[in-house]
Parts: sequence; structure tokens; C-alpha cells
Amino acid sequence: MTMPFYVSPEQLMKDRADFARKGIARGRSVVVLGYDRGIAFVADNPSRALHKVSEIYDRIAFAAVGKYNEFENLRVAGVRYADLRGYSYDRRDVTARGLANAYAQTLGAVFTQESKPYEVEIVVAEVGEHADEDQIYRLMYDGSVADEQGFIAMGGTGDHITAGLKERWRPGMNLGDALALAVELLGQDPSGGPSRTLTVTQLEVAVLDRERPRRTFRRLAGPLLDALLSSENPVKDVPADDDAAPGRHDTLTGETSPVSETAPSSDDAAGGPPEPDPS
Amino acid sequence: MSLGFGGAGRLPAAFMTTGSSSFTEFISAHSPELLPSGRALPVGGTVEAPHGTTIVALTYESGVVMAGDRRATMGNLIANRDMDKVFAADEYSAVGIAGTAGLAIEVVKLFQVELEHYEKIEGTLLSVEGKANRLASMIRANLAMAMQGLSVVPMFAGFDLDAMAGRIFSYDVTGGCYEEHDHHSVGSGSLFARGAMKKLWRPGMDAAAATRVAVEALYDAADDDSATGGPDLGRRIWPTLAVVDAGGLRFLDDNALAAVVELIVADRRGNPGGAR
Repeated sequence: MTMPFYVSPEQLMKDRADFARKGIARGRSVVVLGYDRGIAFVADNPSRALHKVSEIYDRIAFAAVGKYNEFENLRVAGVRYADLRGYSYDRRDVTARGLANAYAQTLGAVFTQESKPYEVEIVVAEVGEHADEDQIYRLMYDGSVADEQGFIAMGGTGDHITAGLKERWRPGMNLGDALALAVELLGQDPSGGPSRTLTVTQLEVAVLDRERPRRTFRRLAGPLLDALLSSENPVKDVPADDDAAPGRHDTLTGETSPVSETAPSSDDAAGGPPEPDPS
Repeated sequence: MSLGFGGAGRLPAAFMTTGSSSFTEFISAHSPELLPSGRALPVGGTVEAPHGTTIVALTYESGVVMAGDRRATMGNLIANRDMDKVFAADEYSAVGIAGTAGLAIEVVKLFQVELEHYEKIEGTLLSVEGKANRLASMIRANLAMAMQGLSVVPMFAGFDLDAMAGRIFSYDVTGGCYEEHDHHSVGSGSLFARGAMKKLWRPGMDAAAATRVAVEALYDAADDDSATGGPDLGRRIWPTLAVVDAGGLRFLDDNALAAVVELIVADRRGNPGGAR
């Protein structure tokens, strides 16, 4: 007869937390930061199809680091939560606070009850009418929630980036400066090695633009992102109009001629073999 | 509370299920009482409820136009003078409804969420046929109610981004979905509207000409069908008119509509049938 070894609850929780933390730290970082007209999301993510930043609802977006299949599952749950709430009440009644609570309960339950905690860290952000109404919630693998002011960096070199943001981020920065700051910090090596210069194709960038009606989430790519990141270029904010090219208008590229849009792969809905981890 | 919004406890299993990007499938698993077809019906007897009336749609050179009158009737009474019966389903499609208004609006609302939900989860737009088929399955689910007199008959018009052309789909109460060519009309005044469009529609029309044909068809429907609202110059109530082309969907504003309607009314003075 075998007897299980006694493990104290403290040790059990600590082991789980260490396990989750290690998984999260392996990935690359995501930065979420406020700017004068909205909230910007910058991820060090070369993949065009496996997103780390996504739209949840009109004024709410989601960013995550960690294991792709786990946060993708949470993202889909969040879209369902928001759409169900918007359908049964009204579009205005969908709030980031409600969603953050639902996520916190779910992550907390998974952390204590399942055989393995989720190796994810999530940000749920909602853009308000004014900058002081913006809400950014950070959710940890164990279900703990923090209401952050202004900026968050998570995953990979998150601590280093947070230190940099604390020093240099200011409320009311314009989008160009905010993105340049985030990209510079993402490229730095905390151990003192040479900095990487992240190009447009290595970045996943999106904004919640408070000036847009209804759905405010837009991805940024192409010449527009190039222009925003370069210090000489006078372009410091996203245009008020979407791209003219026919198709889905979720990405602002600044290109005037119609571009053939490559559809992202539809295997986002998990299932089948485990997804490769893009982080 | 079955909606799972209580705040306490993790998200129910239906939220975490993988594999489906359909909102309808999700709510039929999680809270079927929210579906338009999810209610129990009393046996026998019919219900008096407001009915929406005439919708017309026609293709033109670079897209498709859909228009509807504003009247809802209940028996011989006018239930509503300024109801909108043409809706934007998403950025590239419009849906117009005839039949039991309450139910139809609920179906449209669900259809709008369905399309947006798919877009967010899959990161891409549904094809025009995909959208038309989703709407068909919603109408099919409504058959039990249609048999008790609460039928919903929508019409769907979308811009096909592959073919770069406008397309029109019609439905029957059993959920049958049929592609229509050039133009189509549903609702109580549809016979007269269809007759008008047969005579007025031309291949290769521009948006302005198509707008005029749509409004004129509604004028003819209202002329002979008491349930269809005609131009109401006194109250300044104009038809709802959506234009869908490569640039997306837009509703014509009141000033533009007023100009079109006033021109038609002036042309028909002394020539009520619009003979030309």
C-alpha cells in the first residue's frame, strides 16, 4: 500500500506559483500604456495570426502573455461573456470591471482546483471618455487582480520595462512617443547586453482609440506604424478614418492603394494538437 | 442567476468550450431562454402583434440598395409610424424584416451579434453565403412560432468582397434561403413593389438611380397596400434606405431622402401611376 507524502498547503501553493511564474517569464513581453487619446498595446510578437492582443468589445481589449492555448481559451470566454452581456442588456453595460472579476474567479478556481495552474498573465483594459476614466486591470495566474494606473509591462523582461516606464512614462503622452518608448524598452536587455532594434514586423501593436465611435479597437501596421515609431516623422496619432481598402477594417496601415489582405489562420479556436507557443 | 454574471464563481463551462465561433450555438448551450425561438408557446390561439410590411432590395453597378417603409400595423390599425425595418447586419451587409415585428427585431439583434462574434473570435469576416446561411438557420429555428402566426421573413443583402458585387438573398418561413438576381421584395406590399422594380430596374444603374427606384417601388407598394406606409411629408418621415458597396454600408440621411421623395411626389402629381 502506498501512502501519499504529506505536503503542506503552503508548500503546495508555492510550488504551483513558482511553476506558473516560470512559465510566464519564459515568454516575450507585452506593454500596455495609456496615451492622450486612448490606450496602446505593444507586444514583441512576430506572428501575424497568433495574437497576444485582441478586441473583446467596443471599448475593451485583452492582452496576455504565457501559454497560447490557455490565454486563447480565456480570450474566447471573454468575448462570449461580453457579447452575452451586451446582447441581454445593452452595449454600454459591458464593463472591463465585470470581465476582470469573471477572469479573476476563473483563474483563482483553476489555480486551486485543477492539477496545473494556468501559466498566463492577462490585462483587461477599457478606454473611457476621458483619460482619467481609463481602466487597466492586471490579472495574475492565481486570480489576483490589480487596478493599474497608466501602464503595465508583463512577461519576459516585464520588471525591467516597468522600471523604465515608471521613470519615463507621463500622462498625456502622444501615441508616437508612447509607442517609441514601449518599443525601446522592449528591445533592452536587462542583463546589460546590447539592445535589439525591434522592427515593425516583429511587433504587434494595437490601440483603443477613445475618439472612435462604437468599436474602438484597431491594430496598427505597415507604413502608419513605421511613421508613428520614427522620431522625425510628424505623424503622432492614428488617422480618424479607417483604411479605404475593402475588407475587414480592424487594421490601420496608412496605405492608400487597396492591399490584398491575407486572412489570419482560423485555427484560433483551440482544439486539435497543442498550439505552438508564440511567446 | 442563469446568465452566470453573479460575480461569484468561475465562468461556467460553456464559456470555456472550444471549437465553436457561433454566438447562437453558445447561448443555446448556456442560456437557451435568450434565443428568439427559445420560449414556450401556449397551445392554440393566435396573438395580435405589430407587423412590419414592405422591404425592397436591388443591385446596382457597384453594390446593392435596400429600403423599407416605416409603418408597422396591427390588424387594421397603424401600430407604429416610424419603425426602422432595415438594419446594418455588419459592415458589409444589411437585413430587412417583414412579419411579426417584435420577433423579427430580436432575430436581427441576434444576427448582428452572431456576425460580430464570429469576426472577433476568428479574426476574419464571414463570406456572404456564410452570413446568409446563418440567418437561414435562425429562421428555421423559428418555424414552430411561424406555425402559430408569428412568422418572420427577412431579406438579406450583402456586398460580396470576392466577386465585388452586391447580392440579395430571400427566405421563406421554413428557413429556405434563395439567392435573388437584380431585385427582390418581401412583405405585404411586395407584389406591387416587385411590379414597379420590374419596369424601373436597369442593368448598370448608379447609386442615385437605384435609390430612386427603391423609393419609387415603395411608393407604388404604399399606393395599393394599406399596410405599407407612403411618403409622409407632413411628419417628415422617410423610408429607411441602406446602400452597401465596396466602402461598406451607409444609411442615407434624412436630407438626401427628403430630396428623393419630394422629387417623386412632384413627378407623380397628375400622373399617380408614374407612367412614362
